[in-house]
Amino acid sequence: MDKDFAARRRRDLIIAAALATIAALTPLFVKDVVVQNILILTLMYAGLSQSWNILSGYCGQISLGHALYFGLGAYTTELLFTKFGVLPWFGMLAGGVVSALIAMGLGYPFFRLRGHYFVIATIVIAEIGLLLFHNWEWAGAAMGITIPIRGDSWLKFQFLRTKLPYFYFALALCCLAWFVTWWLENSKWGFWWRAVKDNPEAAESLGVDVFNSKMGAAAVSAFLVAVGGSFYAQFVSYIDPESVMGFQFSLLMALPAVLGGIGTLWGPVLGAAILIPLTELTRFKFGGSGRGVDLIVYGTLIVLISLALPRGLLSLFSRPKKTGAAR
Amino acid sequence: MSALLETRGVWQRFGGLVANSDVSISVGRGEIVGLIGPNGAGKSTLFNLIAGVLPPTQGSILFDGEDVTKLPAAERCRRGIGRTFQVVKSFETMTVIDNVIVGALVRNTVMREARRKAHEVLEFTGLAARADVLASDLVPAEKRRLEVARALATEPKLLLLDEVLTGLTPTEAQTGVALVRKVRDAGITVLMVEHVMEIVMPLVDRAIVLDLGKVLVEGKPADVVRDPKVIKAYLGDRHAVGA
Repeated sequence: MDKDFAARRRRDLIIAAALATIAALTPLFVKDVVVQNILILTLMYAGLSQSWNILSGYCGQISLGHALYFGLGAYTTELLFTKFGVLPWFGMLAGGVVSALIAMGLGYPFFRLRGHYFVIATIVIAEIGLLLFHNWEWAGAAMGITIPIRGDSWLKFQFLRTKLPYFYFALALCCLAWFVTWWLENSKWGFWWRAVKDNPEAAESLGVDVFNSKMGAAAVSAFLVAVGGSFYAQFVSYIDPESVMGFQFSLLMALPAVLGGIGTLWGPVLGAAILIPLTELTRFKFGGSGRGVDLIVYGTLIVLISLALPRGLLSLFSRPKKTGAAR
Repeated sequence: MSALLETRGVWQRFGGLVANSDVSISVGRGEIVGLIGPNGAGKSTLFNLIAGVLPPTQGSILFDGEDVTKLPAAERCRRGIGRTFQVVKSFETMTVIDNVIVGALVRNTVMREARRKAHEVLEFTGLAARADVLASDLVPAEKRRLEVARALATEPKLLLLDEVLTGLTPTEAQTGVALVRKVRDAGITVLMVEHVMEIVMPLVDRAIVLDLGKVLVEGKPADVVRDPKVIKAYLGDRHAVGA
């Protein structure tokens, strides 16, 4: 039994390594910039959704306000860069730390809320964050921040002539989020989180520190999402409140996980691989006139999935459990 | 011999309702004590007070020589109070072994150790064959046993069993009784709430009867079942006269 378990863990790791290798080789064949762009976004959202999944999937605290951490990552990085000349690499770390701290600060009052009330609180808080940045003159207010581009540089993590560095960073982020999840899944935290999600009262009776479990999940989740936000800011080289903290980011982090399988190791990756190309392609195809068509497409998808496969696409592949009574 | 668990003048009020009034009981090391009483006697409330789900309105709870009245449930678990729930609270999306690992993590920080401990407990409770099944796929009797397994994995000194034998078939109940004995033989003190008198009475060393939130009678099971006050509480005045 233990061998089965260890084998399953190793198999996951091997599959992940294989997929990452294949992904790393795609730029050799895919030269089209539009397609590369879609690949970058897909990898980024896979990583973001994987990070969202830690708090909302494993620990069961559904957040529809993760756009806040995404935006905080973006803003921290760019404010440090444009105002103080701090390199984006450090800004990225700073953004992660700021977001993790804010997530814990917010968790302190809000983790006392349960179910729908918690979800509502996350939406409201993210909207408040959006409004604050809209009105914060020093941070560019509604005008946002344009990142000065002075040619390709690894140091400043900006590239004009090629998208490949962005591609590899997005891949690395996705791998990092996956690996962190894989690692935490078989740790005290992973078990605590799932116990808290399934039944907090029972968890408490078994010595689980429910409140700190949620705080830990929130911090890890917010940190990784903020790194994604920093990356995105560098990638698009212009940020304003709506373009890095808008509600659509909260949705785009949640939906891949929900589509693929919430609270599972592979769900977010699978979901993102389907959802993001689909939305990007519809957006590309319908151009400016079709704004919102992508939303209709994934709205429809989610409705179909929640009706037919409430546990996500992954449940199609999960091996049937031996449910026959043993006695 | 100092008692493992002691409640001193414990009161619990819910608004105008008094669920426990001035309850003082003690449970000695190595005992199996039955907490019985008619519906609404305050058994479950007392259980929750001991487990730390809520603090008592008044009074104190001592465990292993220390005052634990103000400690939260998780901390009491770490001190050595394990419990099951009357309405089973399995982690439904997790497998049986994973359910038990959550408990085992209290005393084992290394995952491999926790997993080994969990397997050991599953073996002990007769659930080993079901280790990789989702908790939601267990039949009710197995779910009750999983509750016990999970609590045992925390390596408690005191195990609180809340109606683990209720609602089982006679065969299942006998298996349950055997398990409780085995738990005691492993050196764990047991305090159990139970409804079914004919199952619990032969099992316990001592019975405490609660009625209307108060301790009515306490003593050897054989004496308790013959006590007129107990018969009255369960069956009403008419029967008590006959006794």
